Amino acid sequence: MKICVLVKEVPDAAVEKRIDPSTGRMDRSGERNLNPYDTHAIEAAMQLREGGAIEVDEIVAVTMGPSSATRALQKAVSLGADRSIHLTDDGLAGSDVAATGYALAKAMAKESPDLVLLGQQSDDGACYTIGAVVADHLKMPSLTQVIKMEVTGPAAHALTCERQAEYGYDTVELQLPAVISVGDAINEPRYPSLKAIMGAKKKPLETVAAGDVGIDLSLVGGDGSRVLCGDFRDPPARAAGQIIEDEDTDETVSQIVAWLDERKLI
Amino acid sequence: MADVLTYVLHYEGALNKNSLGAVSEGAARAAEIGGECHAVVVGGEDLTDALCQTLGDYGATKVFRAEGPEGLAQPVVDVMAKVIDDHGQSYALFGGGLLGFEIGAGLAARKQAGVTMEVTAVKAQDGKLVAERPILGDSRISVSHYRGDLGIIIGRINAFEIKAGQGRSAEIVDVDVQYSPWSTQATMVKRGEQRGADVDIEGADILVAGGRGLGKAEGFELAEALAKAFGGNSAVAATRAVVDAGWYPYAAQIGQTGKTVSPKLYLAAGISGAIQHKVGMQSSEHIVAINKDANAPIFEFSDLGIVGDLNKIIPKLTAAIKAKKGS
Repeated sequence: MKICVLVKEVPDAAVEKRIDPSTGRMDRSGERNLNPYDTHAIEAAMQLREGGAIEVDEIVAVTMGPSSATRALQKAVSLGADRSIHLTDDGLAGSDVAATGYALAKAMAKESPDLVLLGQQSDDGACYTIGAVVADHLKMPSLTQVIKMEVTGPAAHALTCERQAEYGYDTVELQLPAVISVGDAINEPRYPSLKAIMGAKKKPLETVAAGDVGIDLSLVGGDGSRVLCGDFRDPPARAAGQIIEDEDTDETVSQIVAWLDERKLI
Repeated sequence: MADVLTYVLHYEGALNKNSLGAVSEGAARAAEIGGECHAVVVGGEDLTDALCQTLGDYGATKVFRAEGPEGLAQPVVDVMAKVIDDHGQSYALFGGGLLGFEIGAGLAARKQAGVTMEVTAVKAQDGKLVAERPILGDSRISVSHYRGDLGIIIGRINAFEIKAGQGRSAEIVDVDVQYSPWSTQATMVKRGEQRGADVDIEGADILVAGGRGLGKAEGFELAEALAKAFGGNSAVAATRAVVDAGWYPYAAQIGQTGKTVSPKLYLAAGISGAIQHKVGMQSSEHIVAINKDANAPIFEFSDLGIVGDLNKIIPKLTAAIKAKKGS
């Protein structure tokens, strides 16, 4: 079987969460990295390969983004992917979720994957939805937020997946080929070995433009997107909470107790 | 036509609360742009006329009912695409939850439509609907304007208020749908399995909630001891991550796919504060958070935040509260 894993380059988490004290806003400059949620998808692919229930011939990392996005692909390869595909084209810049999903589906179509895996969300955009968009374009069954995945069915041609829904846990069987987005509870991603990191740059990386994979440019990019985001504003200000840095725990605890007591919560 | 089509999820004969919120919101906004609110339901015999007609009470004027599998997204995409092709609704609105995300995204692909998720407010503007979404960890608000014939709006959980008593009679329209081949390639094996003990957290005045920062399942003993020290109407809750890991029962889970609570005190221990968690507890009267990571998002919406090791702090806090209660 061939597995395509969709990955994305995002601002590094360590950088992203910082609040700039001079503006009170999030500082998004600096290092970029592989979306941490995607490492669970790569790990899930590796566990299928190592699990033995199904023969995994190839794991292909696929991304769409500017030239810097190759670093995310190299990280994906260091974590276990055999090769990668980088879809990059000026005409794709500014694509919304629906347009991005369409473009990624086009980039994968020629690969005819038996399974498409992706993480539950990107760390920056947090749309949770690319998997379902891709699945409809590829005409494959799909499921998101999967936390357990097992090869089942005659000739190992299905995956039985578990995920948490609003009323409890659902177990769903999907016939392959399928698109599955995995939740972060599905596994603990491994760390890449030094050798794998060094070797990642030598693995095949194919760069494709929109025209190479038959993407209709009128359906992508800022102009092809059907959602226009704008009118950015700050949410209503919330009174800042009190913060205690615990240095002397006895003192910290007496402060907490006093705080609770003042509010008649004890 | 400026009609709004909503999807209503049901489970064991009960209509989902967030779906009912979407129907009420759809009815209110559609009225502002000269349209009506319609609903789609997909399922089996439990979708009785009587159950479907109750949607009129929340503001729907038409209910499109299709026979199909329950709890799966792609068959619903087929139904909604057909209903929109036949009736020309301008917007599709979902009340949040996993299926809403999946159906809305699938429908966006099918109909080449724009989609916005995690929407907290929908507004009528110049005869059209726009959707507001918090972005960048809820630090900014972005407004989505739609191009084309269809706009898809997926609400954040609890974003839309349920308004019953609208007294409309909903016309039931049975829809015959040819499902796409791929929509029938996913089958529900088991639906709604409850894992762990059936605990009640919704009525508690004081909730001590534990997350991954508790380190292991046994870490919940700290949370339970603290809740016990508070006494009275207190209970222990948990995050999705630790419930998925099997550390605590699903019935105690807060957030998007769990419970929504608003106790007098919510004490979060080792919880980073992901949006999916926040939506289930942000209306608590007082929020106290203990976390070793000073950059944890939870400190952005806590009234009192303690940066430190919960293993050191909680046992001493438990003892201090016990002592205080005893005095």
